[in-house]
Amino acid sequence: MARVVLLGRLRDIAGWRERTVDASSVWSLRTTLAAEDPALGDALAGPAIQVALNKTLTRDDAALGPIDEVAFLPPMSGG
Amino acid sequence: MVVRVQTEAFDAGDLLTEFSRGRTHSGGIVSFTGLARAATDGQAVATLELDAYPGFTEPQIAAMEAEASRRFPVQDLLIVHRYGVIAPGEAIVFVATAAEHRRAAFEAADFLMDYLKTRAPFWKKESGPDGERWIEPRPSDYDDADRWTEA
Repeated sequence: MARVVLLGRLRDIAGWRERTVDASSVWSLRTTLAAEDPALGDALAGPAIQVALNKTLTRDDAALGPIDEVAFLPPMSGG
Repeated sequence: MVVRVQTEAFDAGDLLTEFSRGRTHSGGIVSFTGLARAATDGQAVATLELDAYPGFTEPQIAAMEAEASRRFPVQDLLIVHRYGVIAPGEAIVFVATAAEHRRAAFEAADFLMDYLKTRAPFWKKESGPDGERWIEPRPSDYDDADRWTEA
């Protein structure tokens, strides 16, 4: 299980901001989320979406443990 | 060097007073206050909502402060940034810089604002009579930030 956090417009597309999802890697997490919600899956697959693992930017092959937090970040708007 | 990211409203005057106190060795302090506008490009804005990622947003802004203090001979920097729902006329961001000489204080504040407007980890949504829209930096914001590109 990993805690998933969606930021910005991803939150509106999914209709949620935080939840836990059973996944062993960022890649498998994307697959699980896309199977449940294809619109979210498409949005997460966009090239401008960055992924953070425990608040540090990471890549899709990163492994996930039970207390990990994964965030999907759309392009930042700035302040 | 302080970064605060908060949902609570702040008073820019109070922040400037607090930042200025006891600065016997500073020749100048510059401050900038950014406000939420009631209209963007002619479209009315009823509320602005900024989404932040606490724990991620602050270190990224702290890195911008570190870069500003590397580039300019400043003595101290303060950035306070709000997130959540913000009404027109309310302050969103406050930047203050203290330096021995004024030029560094002006330049560091200008630099920090240009970087905050393009690189700070916030996600911005405007709501008005025409509905909601998520905002990304304007081309002019990127042009402003590009002024600081080092050769």
